[in-house]
Amino acid sequence: MLMSLACIVLGVGLFIVTQATTSGFEDFFIKTILGTNGAIRVEDKIQDTLRSMSAGGNDSTSKFQIRGEGQKYIEGIEEPNIVMSGLREFSNISGVSEVLHGSVLLHSAFKTEGVQIYGINLEDHLRVSDLEHQIVEGDLADFRASPSGTILGKDMADRLQLNVGDSFILDASDKIGRQQRRFRVSAIYQTGVADIDRVRLYAHMEECRSLLHKPTGASFIQVNIRDKDRAPEDALRIEAVLHYSAHSWQEREKSWLGVFRALRISSAITVSVFTLIAGLAMFNTLAMMVLEKTKDIAILRSMGYTRDDISGIFLWQATIVLVIGTVVGVIVGAGVTYAVSRVHISISGIFKTDTFIVAWSIWHYVQAVLTAIVMVMIASLVPSRRAARLEPGDVIRGTAQ
Amino acid sequence: MAQLNGNIALRCTNVHRSLGQGENRVHVLRGVSFEAKRGEVHAIVGPSGCGKSTLLYLLGLLDRPDSGEIWINGELMSNTVDAARTAARGEHIGFVFQFHFLMLEFTALENVMMPMRKLGRLSVAEMAERAKMLLASVGLGEKTHRLGTQLSGGEQQRVAIARALANQPSILLADEPTGNLDAKNSTMVFDMMTRLARENGQAIILVTHNPEIANRCDLVRPMKDGLFV
Repeated sequence: MLMSLACIVLGVGLFIVTQATTSGFEDFFIKTILGTNGAIRVEDKIQDTLRSMSAGGNDSTSKFQIRGEGQKYIEGIEEPNIVMSGLREFSNISGVSEVLHGSVLLHSAFKTEGVQIYGINLEDHLRVSDLEHQIVEGDLADFRASPSGTILGKDMADRLQLNVGDSFILDASDKIGRQQRRFRVSAIYQTGVADIDRVRLYAHMEECRSLLHKPTGASFIQVNIRDKDRAPEDALRIEAVLHYSAHSWQEREKSWLGVFRALRISSAITVSVFTLIAGLAMFNTLAMMVLEKTKDIAILRSMGYTRDDISGIFLWQATIVLVIGTVVGVIVGAGVTYAVSRVHISISGIFKTDTFIVAWSIWHYVQAVLTAIVMVMIASLVPSRRAARLEPGDVIRGTAQ
Repeated sequence: MAQLNGNIALRCTNVHRSLGQGENRVHVLRGVSFEAKRGEVHAIVGPSGCGKSTLLYLLGLLDRPDSGEIWINGELMSNTVDAARTAARGEHIGFVFQFHFLMLEFTALENVMMPMRKLGRLSVAEMAERAKMLLASVGLGEKTHRLGTQLSGGEQQRVAIARALANQPSILLADEPTGNLDAKNSTMVFDMMTRLARENGQAIILVTHNPEIANRCDLVRPMKDGLFV
């Protein structure tokens, strides 16, 4: 019985820990990408490529409209304000921010490098990103107060040896000509996503428009939504209603999410094996107990205990072990999850963390307990029914002889 | 349902029973008929394998006859469903087996309370009171809280007798109740069992190899090759 108990504790505990660690990193990754690039990105107008063909008959006005091969897009958003007011009508959308971006050269006192400038309206952008919480040096107040203020990625600032308060020059060239402007570092952010922290620089929208010679329009609109899981459906609706291409975070980060899904499946297999072992241990224990207790079963039957009573006794024993096992398993799972969350591990690249990321979700515990209940009850049913089927006469005759 | 009246607690007519499978199947009981009245002590004797225990288990509804009828307190029980047979065992029949069959993880008191718990006629306090009284009557009043493992063979058998009498059954069936005890304990257990049964007007049917025990019973029924002789 102790072995069964240990297996249930181990099964439940491991279930919780693996769920917490696997979904911990995935949740953190999702949080990071939502906090940087938003839930949905609306960009590029969909060009009308519908073709018409006669539906036949004499009525020349009857036509089918069919979609042409592939879709064509007109780059950028011409009237961002109109699109944004359209987006605000969607019930699930909680914030929109127009962004203008372009490639520029950054000349610091140390070196020159190509960077991406992102022109934003700060207050709008704070509603669609975690920029406020990603600031590691300086502060946003300085950026708000200073038209020439910028917010640099940590990797970029380190490489160019720029600190808060330092000045640098941004150099933009296009068909109209070349323009250089002096900017100042108001703050430094760190998302943990290397591709962003290395090249992205935030500036005020007006300064960016002036530097890039783009007095109107936007490169894209970053959208935040209330229910992140509804992003694919909302993106489709946005495309259908506004005729702009819209990409949900799930679509943009398909490959990384695939990796996390594979990890989740892998850990689910591991956990399933453990819970299966717990179930087998319970089955084995109860089957052995039925063999050992045949005399007791027979004597109980001779006293008037029914087959259901006998079955119930074994199920009750399994339930006691299950309850103790799951309670201890939950405590062990929570304890190990907490211990794992204190483990120092430095990860950056797709996100930034200094400790092991775990997810604290009541559902992990509910799932673990439900899995244990199902496993143990299935494992207990066969031995308990076997015990109930024993004929007292056969048992006593066999023992007496 | 057919009824029997009068003082007859148990009756069987023309009972047949075969045991084993295929070529090993043996016709153990070959048309046995038997009856026991309340207050009588019957001894079934005979050589090993003559069918004594098989008959006892059939009479106790622990087994089913191939043919024949078994009546318990006027109710025909031989062909009834398992639930009815189980209920009849709990209410009308007490068993004492050769190897006492106590639940060794439980105390003497708990063992005696078990049949009462199932029957559910008494409150827990009443059950405990009756169990203590029964244990006192078999001379174990001081050992009510001892585990089965802490009792000697004779003491365990006395607890088994107290347990068999717990629900005041009308029939007490005992399979070699003294077979595992020394002479002194055998006499003590037999005397106790018959005294308590007679006091309560119970029919006792016991299977024994012990001629001294058998001779002290009201009726001795010798068996041979599956029939009373």
